[in-house]
Amino acid sequence: MRTDVLPSDYIRRSQGRRRTINLGMCILIGLAAAVALVPLFSVFIYVFSQGASSVNLAFFTELPKPVGEIGGGMANALVGTLILISIASLIGIPWGIMTGTWLSEYGRGRFGGMIRFAIDLLASTPSIILGLFVYALVVMPMKRFSALAGGFALAVLMVPTIARSTEELLKLVPVHIREAGLALGLPRWKVIFSIVLRGSRGAIATGVVLALARAAGETAPLLFTSFNNQFWNRGLGQPIASMSVQIYTYAISPYDDWHRQAWAGALVLVLLVLAVNIVTRILLSPATRSAK
Amino acid sequence: VKLARRRKDLHYGDRVFALVLRFASISVAGVLLLIGLFLFKAALPSIHKFGWSFFVTSVWDPVHEEFGALPVIFGTVASSVLAILLSAPLSIGVALFLTEIAPGRMANVIGFLIEMLAAIPSVVYGLWGIFVLAPWLRTHVEPLLGRTLGFLPLFQGPPYGVGMLAAGIILAIMVTPTISSFCREVFRAIPREQREAALALGATRWEMMRLSVLRSSRPGIFGAVILGLGRALGETMAVTMVIGNRAGISASLFAPAQTMASTIANEYVEATSDMHLAALMEIGIALFAVTFIINSIARLFVWRVGSETSR
Repeated sequence: MRTDVLPSDYIRRSQGRRRTINLGMCILIGLAAAVALVPLFSVFIYVFSQGASSVNLAFFTELPKPVGEIGGGMANALVGTLILISIASLIGIPWGIMTGTWLSEYGRGRFGGMIRFAIDLLASTPSIILGLFVYALVVMPMKRFSALAGGFALAVLMVPTIARSTEELLKLVPVHIREAGLALGLPRWKVIFSIVLRGSRGAIATGVVLALARAAGETAPLLFTSFNNQFWNRGLGQPIASMSVQIYTYAISPYDDWHRQAWAGALVLVLLVLAVNIVTRILLSPATRSAK
Repeated sequence: VKLARRRKDLHYGDRVFALVLRFASISVAGVLLLIGLFLFKAALPSIHKFGWSFFVTSVWDPVHEEFGALPVIFGTVASSVLAILLSAPLSIGVALFLTEIAPGRMANVIGFLIEMLAAIPSVVYGLWGIFVLAPWLRTHVEPLLGRTLGFLPLFQGPPYGVGMLAAGIILAIMVTPTISSFCREVFRAIPREQREAALALGATRWEMMRLSVLRSSRPGIFGAVILGLGRALGETMAVTMVIGNRAGISASLFAPAQTMASTIANEYVEATSDMHLAALMEIGIALFAVTFIINSIARLFVWRVGSETSR
């Protein structure tokens, strides 16, 4: 401390400096939040403006036109994504819910922790690796790309998400409800099935829908499993078009009309994701849950 | 006797039920093992032929079946590190804003918007990157950087728009929600008394954040950043669309490059020879191994923080 200033002066001066630093850091932190949101708004603005001017009836009803011809749509890709998501749901939803139930009801101790850890690792495995895996597992032996392979890749992608959200939700069910069921003489499986699971089925469903929306936008696992198809799909053993792969193909193409359609496709995907997120957020918010 | 038999039946049902569920969970974990196994099997020809030199040579020539993954590995590491450098301070700022500054309602809304950033499909970011981000970089940002900081090798060369810088920025956008949401969890786990103690001693708001929030959550922040790194390493579509896809090791951020994931995504159609396919599979298994290790480390850090505070 300098000796030529009074302690009170020193304190006052350092207090001024501390206040300035405080103000500066708080502004910086606020700026960080603002900067992080800039890309979100930019993406929204472009997807909505470019997409809205490109979406028309043909987009939803027609097949893609050959290169050079203007017009056409993505009807086959829309249906393709629906088919892929359906296959993925058939495999992934029961698998994910069963896993989540086990984690919550039986998965205690070291072994449960290990499984949980493995599931978290699977969740953070890059989606393109899942695509390669299904390619080696299904496509190489079958010797062709197929809707089944694509659906299976998406199923593997969503199982960890569904399992962990189911687990979290089931853990919210109070223990005394389980005990009440057991005290009535019900077997444990019946308690879990018709009391624990049934009681939280609404919440579990929202978790599942979130996972489905995420899977609908995935591209990397589909590139070399379901591949792409410019026509209607002719069976689950055949390659199939999907929204996300179609957007990718069109975006990297040199044709303006295809770019236009890529934006239209992006608009559809973003609207889907946005709607699902907002609705599930409202359904899962504590206010609506306590009002039930 | 009847009761006893019925009870035995009930136990039987329980046992089957538990077994089925147990099988489902183990099979999810088993998928991890299968991924490693199948990729390894598919990569075997390449592993046999090139050995460790695969990772340290830079010739990538499908015609003569010579493959070396060094430039691709460089591209992956460089783009991810750039993304983390851009995104980590930003994400910590966002998390601090949400937990320490913003009032409850505002924090809810902004938190939701940040989550939306994670929900937008990768391919949509790629589309936006091609038509919005890359042209903006080419006409405004890169010439400006070249004029002002052009003495650094980082900012030399012609501005293409697409390239390492674009990939780094788009990755930074995509990992920000990951890092900030984990940081937020870590900050939330810090007891309120610790903040009040700092404030009661006369600390300003920033000093409170620095002393009682940031200092004690260092391992958690580290874990969150590493998780973000794991996500950046494996991110495929958006990067493939903006990185320019030309293999090469360049000091300049303006130069096009390639990552492990983008190479796989790009070349899967052209891969007609078995050796080319095996080489792509070997890149795949290397990427799998790296993200596996990084995510394990990150989870251990984030978990430790969680279990310490819950005690």
